[in-house]
Amino acid sequence: MTGQAIIQTIELTKIYGMDGFQVIALQNVDLEIQAGEFVAIMGPSGSGKSTLLNILGCLDRPTSGKYILAGEDVSSLDKTRLAHIRNRRVGFVFQSYNLLARTSALGNVILPLVYNRDNRISETEQRAIALKMLASVGLANRAHHQPHELSGGQAQRVAIARALINDPVLLLADEPTGNLDSRSGQETMALLVELNTQGSTIVIVTHEDEIAAHAKRIIHFRDGRIVTDKLNGARSSATLMKEEAHEAV
Amino acid sequence: MKLSKVIHIAWQGLNRNKLRSLLTMLGVIIGVSAVIIMVAVSAGTEAAIEEQINTLGTNLLFVQSSFSRGGPGQGMPTGGLVYADAFAIADQISGVMGVVVEQNSSETVRAGNVTIDSVAILGTTPDFPSVRDIEVANGRYFNQTDLDRKQKVAVLGASLAEELFGDTPPVGQVVTVGSTKLTVVGVMAEKGVVGNVDYNSYLFTPITVVFDKFTPDQFARIFGDRVRMIIVEVENQEVMDSVIYQTELLLARRHDVSLEEPDFVIRTQQDIIETQEATTAAFRNLLGWVAGVSLLVGGIGIMNIMLVSVTERTREIGIRQAVGATPNDIRLQFLTEALLLSLVGGLIGVLTGIGGSWLFGELGAMRTVVAPVSILVAFTSAAAVGIFFGYYPADQAAQLDPIEALRHE
Repeated sequence: MTGQAIIQTIELTKIYGMDGFQVIALQNVDLEIQAGEFVAIMGPSGSGKSTLLNILGCLDRPTSGKYILAGEDVSSLDKTRLAHIRNRRVGFVFQSYNLLARTSALGNVILPLVYNRDNRISETEQRAIALKMLASVGLANRAHHQPHELSGGQAQRVAIARALINDPVLLLADEPTGNLDSRSGQETMALLVELNTQGSTIVIVTHEDEIAAHAKRIIHFRDGRIVTDKLNGARSSATLMKEEAHEAV
Repeated sequence: MKLSKVIHIAWQGLNRNKLRSLLTMLGVIIGVSAVIIMVAVSAGTEAAIEEQINTLGTNLLFVQSSFSRGGPGQGMPTGGLVYADAFAIADQISGVMGVVVEQNSSETVRAGNVTIDSVAILGTTPDFPSVRDIEVANGRYFNQTDLDRKQKVAVLGASLAEELFGDTPPVGQVVTVGSTKLTVVGVMAEKGVVGNVDYNSYLFTPITVVFDKFTPDQFARIFGDRVRMIIVEVENQEVMDSVIYQTELLLARRHDVSLEEPDFVIRTQQDIIETQEATTAAFRNLLGWVAGVSLLVGGIGIMNIMLVSVTERTREIGIRQAVGATPNDIRLQFLTEALLLSLVGGLIGVLTGIGGSWLFGELGAMRTVVAPVSILVAFTSAAAVGIFFGYYPADQAAQLDPIEALRHE
């Protein structure tokens, strides 16, 4: 898994505003993230970290520069193609969960399957896959609960299940613990770490050091530029040891 | 995304605001039911006219008194048709097959121990069965001799005979009409209802008997042997104009009036049908306008509510976009909602229209026949309204930026 670039950005630039008044959110960002990495992007608000995540998640397009996702240049795709990428290649987890109200946990998890054109499967199969996905995040018994009947931690796990249902190459999370109490936050991070251990490539945005500490690599942003990009000693060596252990077997 | 799924999602969307959805549909409901009723009325009129032509007999002229020329200072009309005019027309004008004069009355009729109130009495002339195209089933119709001698004879309509005598053969029996005893000489065959006249329940007797026995004295003093209408059966369509012209000349001479200011009018069946058609056409046009305006207003209502719905559900749209809904998916979802609104409205409208048509017929206002094609037309126009007025809001939704939509509170 490791060694293949999932994310490659070349001089990625995003400028908001028009006619004279312009805000440069991202400035010539060159970034490469390999498969299997767990990256935390940190920085003060307005540093451009959320803008980067939105572009990485194909919710937004760069003003200039290139974004190559798993070998495919997606920087200039039209809205429809971007929707396809969001549907199949990227899973996105939001701070405020963004679950459909008045729709069960199961219905929310199924949603990306409903919009998946490549993989037409029957409704029964969709439900089976979604139930399995809910079970894997420990919510098999909450499948028919509506979002307002779920705790914040449960809602975020439903959102993660939804993000993973189409088996994306990349999981993005924007302040995934921002709305959670510390226990639910730790549980959510434990789930993300577990997913990363199983091979998922994960990029999260956070401003909490505690949360970032779960990542293997921490990137700091300021004024639309990368200021530091370091491996997280403890976590990355732990992974290294694990990989060595694998090789030994 | 599968169509059934699209419809399911749209249905859920509408179901959340039942009252709002229903109110939105109201314009379409009224529009569609107006289309159905409109077409039902015109189809009913056509059917009624066709039936009238079939049952009334063909090639008829209707000569009526025109009381516009009242006698000067007399306070009562002096002009108008008299009984003798009918025989003058029959005798003196070529191309005439038969002449009928009618005088209506209403009396209590008794036979044995059966009494029926308010039976319609029709005083006519011997040509009535041929001119009106009704056959005598049993016995005979009264003849010229009966008429001239004011014979107290009666011919019964089919259902009247049944009611009065049951299984007993009525011919030769005696019926008491008011205080006059009449001998039954014949029974008419069953006949379809003409306009709103059911001849099956009528009692027919020589018009001279009606003048004599069943016309209240005060009317007799005023009107004498005046008649309301003379029906002339003409041999064929070719001589129609000539018969009209001759009749005009004859009556003008007999009544001593000029042709420019006659005291009578002659109308053909065509004229009568045209009058009827003009009345229903006016009603039809009115309903047509109601239908058009309602559908327009209904469409604007749908557009309005869909725009509100798109704004309310911006966040939902953002979520759907984030997990992979394309602009087309979003457009289709909202277009389906608009279409569903108009089609459900259309369905309710069709039912209301059928109910309304039935009610119109029941109230006797006019005859209605619900045409299947009108249901199709109504549904199609409802669908067209839904798509036309639903497209703009749906497109607005499709063009939303995912990030903006997700930020929407």
